[in-house]
Amino acid sequence: MNKGNIINSMQSSLTQSLESFGGAADMVRKISLLIFKKPDEPANILKQMVRVGVNSIPIVLLSSFFTGMVLALQSGVASIRLLNQPVFMGSLVAFSMVLELGPVLTAMVIAGRVGASITAETGTMKVSEQLDALYMLGTTPEKYLGVPLFIATIIMVPILTLIADIVGITGGYIAAVTNFDVPGSVYINEIVSYLKIVHVFNGLIKSAVFGFIIVTVSCYKGFTTSGGAEGVGESTTRAVVYSMIFILISDYFLSMLLNSLGMV
Amino acid sequence: MIEVRNLYKSLAGQPVLNGIDIDIKEGEILTILGGSGVGKSVFLKNIIGLLKPDRGSIRIDGVEAVGLKAKELAAIQAKFGMVFQGGALFDSLTVAENVAFGMKRLSSHSPEVINKKVTDYLSMVRLEGVEDKLPESLSIGMKRRVSLARSIATEPKYIFYDEPTTGLDPITTDVICKLFLDLQKKLDITSVMVTHDIPTAYKISDRIALIHEGRIAEVDTVKEFKNSANEYVRNFIDINTRVLKT
Repeated sequence: MNKGNIINSMQSSLTQSLESFGGAADMVRKISLLIFKKPDEPANILKQMVRVGVNSIPIVLLSSFFTGMVLALQSGVASIRLLNQPVFMGSLVAFSMVLELGPVLTAMVIAGRVGASITAETGTMKVSEQLDALYMLGTTPEKYLGVPLFIATIIMVPILTLIADIVGITGGYIAAVTNFDVPGSVYINEIVSYLKIVHVFNGLIKSAVFGFIIVTVSCYKGFTTSGGAEGVGESTTRAVVYSMIFILISDYFLSMLLNSLGMV
Repeated sequence: MIEVRNLYKSLAGQPVLNGIDIDIKEGEILTILGGSGVGKSVFLKNIIGLLKPDRGSIRIDGVEAVGLKAKELAAIQAKFGMVFQGGALFDSLTVAENVAFGMKRLSSHSPEVINKKVTDYLSMVRLEGVEDKLPESLSIGMKRRVSLARSIATEPKYIFYDEPTTGLDPITTDVICKLFLDLQKKLDITSVMVTHDIPTAYKISDRIALIHEGRIAEVDTVKEFKNSANEYVRNFIDINTRVLKT
């Protein structure tokens, strides 16, 4: 590939990326204007909350419980090596879960489980002209699908994160007590002494932003799907990959922002 | 009445419509013929605002529809019903919910009246006892009839059919054709059908238009169209007749 082709290819990629960002921003603008108006189908919001939140509880419980246990196990082993005794296990598990692992792990699980399903569903509706049919029947994809999905995801991801925090800390408690004979009261006392409510809010703010990223990427990729069944598969894969990348990148900048606001 | 003037549309950099000029008269059944990929469906979608024309004018009942804002466009779209090629029924909703969908949003009927109308419209398209079924359990012919019921349920002035008989056996095609003619009489609507099925076009149309190279090559009554001197029209008819015979 010569220099000219490389530049053309880069220009084309940049244009496509900017068009996608512009398109996604326009979709978010339309949904933001509709979100405070009378919902198209109020029952849809509840339905999506069950789909995004309630149905994700088992996988969130499983992943956060074992993550908490592994955290306690590794931190216990490390502190025995360094200090000859398992110390600060409660605070280490709690801070790790509440500030980072709870929000990020939950967001990753939701991006894979719910984000993929949102893109597959809306993408299938796009290629089978169901989204076009919505315009002809007095509504729009943003109003009928976008609004309930945005409300459900932005509310349910922080709730799932809170559950993940609690379950992860509980997992850490069980690992600390059973593997290292740490008294339960010591583990809990460390958490109560050092963990502040502001830390929990820090994680919940992040998770709300992650929820916004997941639903924006998933809806946009679904609404702009083309190319039949193959196109739906491609959109779904991209939605999950992009969501995860944006979650990880935004996590760093959000952490910096929240730190600068004194929320740590 | 719909007046289309000098309509241009490109998709992915490829010109599809190259200056379409046509009038769609009130109460008629106009069939748009043309080979695959000539832009028949694109033409329909431009009229109903699902695609934005690159340039040109579309006047619907005297109102210029090109360049309207979303709210004004929605008011124009409410005048149309569209029967999509694959039916475009909402997979997660039952047949009854599909038919009621537009009525719930575009009419002021009470839920009881809507339920009654759902049954009426389904029997109008000769479907009974399917209210609680999901679209996946219906045949393609039944899906198109449910889609038709859903379209007429919003009491539109214009109904557009996108390839309504493609993929159907001759008997079901005949049933669908009779249904169109029956509804046309009962509902006093204007219909535009896009197809490449010439026998169906001859059977139900008042006028036929043929799209070639993004323009209207010919538009005339069925009788005049059959006897057209236009070379492309003659070729199109001859090739289709030969294909049907083999």
